[in-house]
Amino acid sequence: MSTNLTLIVTASALIGCGVYLVLERSLTRVLVGLLVMGNGINLLFLIAGGRAGDAPLKGSTAPSAMSDPLPQALVLTAIVIALGTTAFLLAMAHRSWQLNSNDDVQDDVEDASIRRLAAADEASDSHDLATGGQDDDVRTEEGA
Amino acid sequence: MIILVAAHFVAAMLAPALVARLGRRAFLVLALVPLVGFLWMLGQTRGVHAGRGVVEVIDWVPSLDIELAFRLGALQWLMALIVTGIGALVLAYCAWYFADDDPGLSSFSGNFVAFAGSMLGLVVCDDLLVLYVFWELTTVFSYLLIGSDPAQRASRQAAMQALIVTTLGGLAMLVGMLVLGQEAGTHRISALLADAPTGPTTTVAIALVLVGALSKSALIPFHFWLPGAMAAPTPVSAYLHAASMVKAGVYLVALLAPGFAGTAGWHEIVLTLGVGTMLLGGWRALRQYDAKLLLAYGTVSQLGFLLIVFSIGTRATAIAGLALLLGHALFKATLFLVVGIVEHQSGTRDIRALSGVGRESPVVLVTAVVAGASMAGLPPLLGFVAKESVFGSLLDVARESDRPGLSPIAGWLVLVGVVLGSVLTVAYTARLLWGTLATKPGLEPTPYTPEPAAFLLAPVVLTVLTVGLGFAGHALSVVLAPHAGQFPSGAHDVELALWHGLELPLAFSALALLLGLGLFVRRRDVGAFQGAVSWSWTAEGGYRLLMRTVDRLAVETTGLTQRGSVAAYLVVILVVVLLLPGASVLTALDGPVDTVLWDTPAQAAVGAVMIVAALFTARSRRRLRAVMLAGVTGYGTAMMFALHGAPDLALTQVLVETTSLVVFVLVLRRLPAYFTDRPLSPRRYLRMALGLAVGSVIGLVMLVTTGARTADPVSATYPEEAVEFGGGHNIVNVILVDIRAWDTFGEISVLVAAATGVASLLFLDTRIAGIRRVYDIPFPASVSKVSTQAGRRVWLPGPRTLPPDRRSIIFEVVARLLFPALIVFAFYLLLAGHNNPGGGFAAGMVTGLALMVRYLAGGRYELDEAAPIDAGVLMGTGLFVAAVSALAPLVFGGAVLQSAQVDLVLPLVGKLHLVTSTLFDIGVYLVVVGLVLDMLRTLGSRIDRQILREQRDAEQAAAP
Repeated sequence: MSTNLTLIVTASALIGCGVYLVLERSLTRVLVGLLVMGNGINLLFLIAGGRAGDAPLKGSTAPSAMSDPLPQALVLTAIVIALGTTAFLLAMAHRSWQLNSNDDVQDDVEDASIRRLAAADEASDSHDLATGGQDDDVRTEEGA
Repeated sequence: MIILVAAHFVAAMLAPALVARLGRRAFLVLALVPLVGFLWMLGQTRGVHAGRGVVEVIDWVPSLDIELAFRLGALQWLMALIVTGIGALVLAYCAWYFADDDPGLSSFSGNFVAFAGSMLGLVVCDDLLVLYVFWELTTVFSYLLIGSDPAQRASRQAAMQALIVTTLGGLAMLVGMLVLGQEAGTHRISALLADAPTGPTTTVAIALVLVGALSKSALIPFHFWLPGAMAAPTPVSAYLHAASMVKAGVYLVALLAPGFAGTAGWHEIVLTLGVGTMLLGGWRALRQYDAKLLLAYGTVSQLGFLLIVFSIGTRATAIAGLALLLGHALFKATLFLVVGIVEHQSGTRDIRALSGVGRESPVVLVTAVVAGASMAGLPPLLGFVAKESVFGSLLDVARESDRPGLSPIAGWLVLVGVVLGSVLTVAYTARLLWGTLATKPGLEPTPYTPEPAAFLLAPVVLTVLTVGLGFAGHALSVVLAPHAGQFPSGAHDVELALWHGLELPLAFSALALLLGLGLFVRRRDVGAFQGAVSWSWTAEGGYRLLMRTVDRLAVETTGLTQRGSVAAYLVVILVVVLLLPGASVLTALDGPVDTVLWDTPAQAAVGAVMIVAALFTARSRRRLRAVMLAGVTGYGTAMMFALHGAPDLALTQVLVETTSLVVFVLVLRRLPAYFTDRPLSPRRYLRMALGLAVGSVIGLVMLVTTGARTADPVSATYPEEAVEFGGGHNIVNVILVDIRAWDTFGEISVLVAAATGVASLLFLDTRIAGIRRVYDIPFPASVSKVSTQAGRRVWLPGPRTLPPDRRSIIFEVVARLLFPALIVFAFYLLLAGHNNPGGGFAAGMVTGLALMVRYLAGGRYELDEAAPIDAGVLMGTGLFVAAVSALAPLVFGGAVLQSAQVDLVLPLVGKLHLVTSTLFDIGVYLVVVGLVLDMLRTLGSRIDRQILREQRDAEQAAAP
């Protein structure tokens, strides 16, 4: 199967730029990066489907002349999901702006507190529940 | 039997309702369930004695060889009698132990009955894996019952500790059972015992099963969970932690002994730990002041004793073990119940504080003394009979080598251990009885409310049995003979009896009694000695250390790997992409690759524009510019789709791209125009390098993988199938609504979730409020009220609510003219989509676009005029329609999501070809319209309102 170089180069460029943007802190940039990357990846589906052809409408053309319909159905799903992602991340960016007056992706506070526990050589909060707080037998045996 | 077990679970489900209606009296009703089981079991006596116990089998998971197999042998029968009989008595006891207003009483009752059912299932089932299921069910219900007072920290911790320890053993046991089943080729326990496998694998499997049995029966080193479990209410202690659940391990050893007592390691493990546990439990019982804890350590000791006897595996030990099992269940349950009564009536169970209880309540005194005497092994009680025969059978092992493979020295050592253990038993029994009941000099008599007579029912019945069965040795031996008969006959034919003659066993009993009483009389010296030799290291301490180590390890690992920065995680993922597929693609790049430059030169032109746009997107520092440039790549992609021969994709991509641009702009009006200014750091070049590398690797992977393709596409037959089965000529649409409709269904669910997420981020509470028609809102001050009489129609009703400077009459006219056209176009796409480009997605997006035009022209009230319906309702309806159309074929005997085709000839319209999957597409359509409407309401209307409010607040703040 011969491969379409134009599509490959375009898709690679879009994905590369997308990766660069996704590693940013600003949520808007991350979202734009995701969209650009997504466009590139949708192009990859076209490559996987093979050469270009006529629209896959039965009866309008011979099946051998059609483009592959299966990747198209997959991409159609991806496009609409991308709209849902856009809306959700935009809402998150807006909320983050409301709360922090910027839309930067923050580092996770819980993870930071676990790192502090690790640095202090301490056990987690759930540890007490599993083992019981007091020492053995203090309540029950002689000498208490 | 299956019905009996099931009846328990049904009763457990009804229990909360019963408690709500009857209060604590509900326990009396619930007690009927195990009582019926008990009577049924009694009815089976003849069959069991004849070795013809009931067998019931139902296929469950045939592919894994799991059957709901149940079989009633003598051992199972005895255990079932104990479980149901004591279960019924303890449930009846609960009716007086608890008060109507105890918190958590309803869940307690349900858990208790469910536990009784699981325990019954455990002792009568005949399939290893089903046994495991019941085993873990008892663990879970035990956890819930120990922690039945979740407000207390101690009870929560005790429950968790018991759960962790017994589940650990249970998991080891599961592995052992699986290996055993594999070796034997069956999971049926009766078949397994009839033809027991041997060999090193079996040895390992049995050792693992023993870990489970020992942990459940609280042997060293797992013994500490049982005293902890005394945090539970006393009925739980009496039933679970004395009579039934802790016997599960004993039961398992007794069950497997006929087939596996000869396995290497069996005797070494169980006898060593058993003797150790018996002595340790007795030793520590002598140090307790809490009567329940004293009994708990006594139970630990007795469990060790039971395991010793059952693990040996001779005909004599088997029969003696069964007698001991029954005797222990009777006297230990009685003692717990009596302690419960004393605590209930006097308010304490500390033996240092109790005095004069025996004088207050003679019935309590008698039952406790009889049960205690049975525990200590005094004639003529069942405990004495059992202990005598244990001594006798052990003597046979030591003197006559009754069990080949067990050396006489080991036999003597075990015998010495058991006698020493009995000495301790006598001593702690005396300590318990004296401490709880006696009138002590120099101590005020404890205030004691006389107990209601019915409260005493359970302990009295059990005591009567303890006495009566002591005289029924012969009958017991006869009934239980089928179990003992699985072992070869030993040196002597042992029968349970009160009088065996003046022989060594009697001497051992007398010795134990004398020495034990001696220890009790000299208790001060013993206490001082125990204090002097006490060791600081305990198994519970070891458990804590282990748990802390595991926890610390988890904290360290998490601290090391969870850096909390999204970018850091992404870098890890992308570097893995570079290393694994990247490395393998480089090795695969050897031959020439068959390439073409383009399919049409137009692709190259579009591609060049897209690449430039993408590069400038990455460089852009203005938000809006970045979004617009990303939009260029999106429209370029749509062009690529069109050039490739994918009109559906091109159409949908253009619609989605347009909608996202509008939505972006709606949100970006609130965000700063420029991205946060950050100093350029070397990291930026790192990100560039990563982007370059990932892009190149993916390009190479596509080059190699498409070149390597040899098979025909799976979609080769789709054109034929689409028309024949899907009834449509647009193959992409048929794939979406028929061939791969499950994917589509999942996708619209995701859309609903995303829209819900957006709404909750913006509205924070509810999105239902706020849809208001133009006629029920006040006009802003700047707008004069315009008459709406006939002849004074306006282009759009909504814009009158806008300030004049935001209105555009041309836009309003265009919106008015465009809206109906767009809606008609959307319906065309929806209905024609099955045969021509279009379908639910595209139609939904076009409808969304129409709504968007109305919103942009006339503001948020215009949107409500155009769609006076809640977006959540729309999406819910869509999901419902799609689900109904997916499930409907089941009614007609088809498969989920199967389509049917109907041809109708209608007057005027003509011939109509209907496919049921159109209904599914309508569901998709509604969800997509709902999504767009939700985005407009949240990111549009809601943010409008926030901006207005802020302006108003600012004006008020500025005004003096």
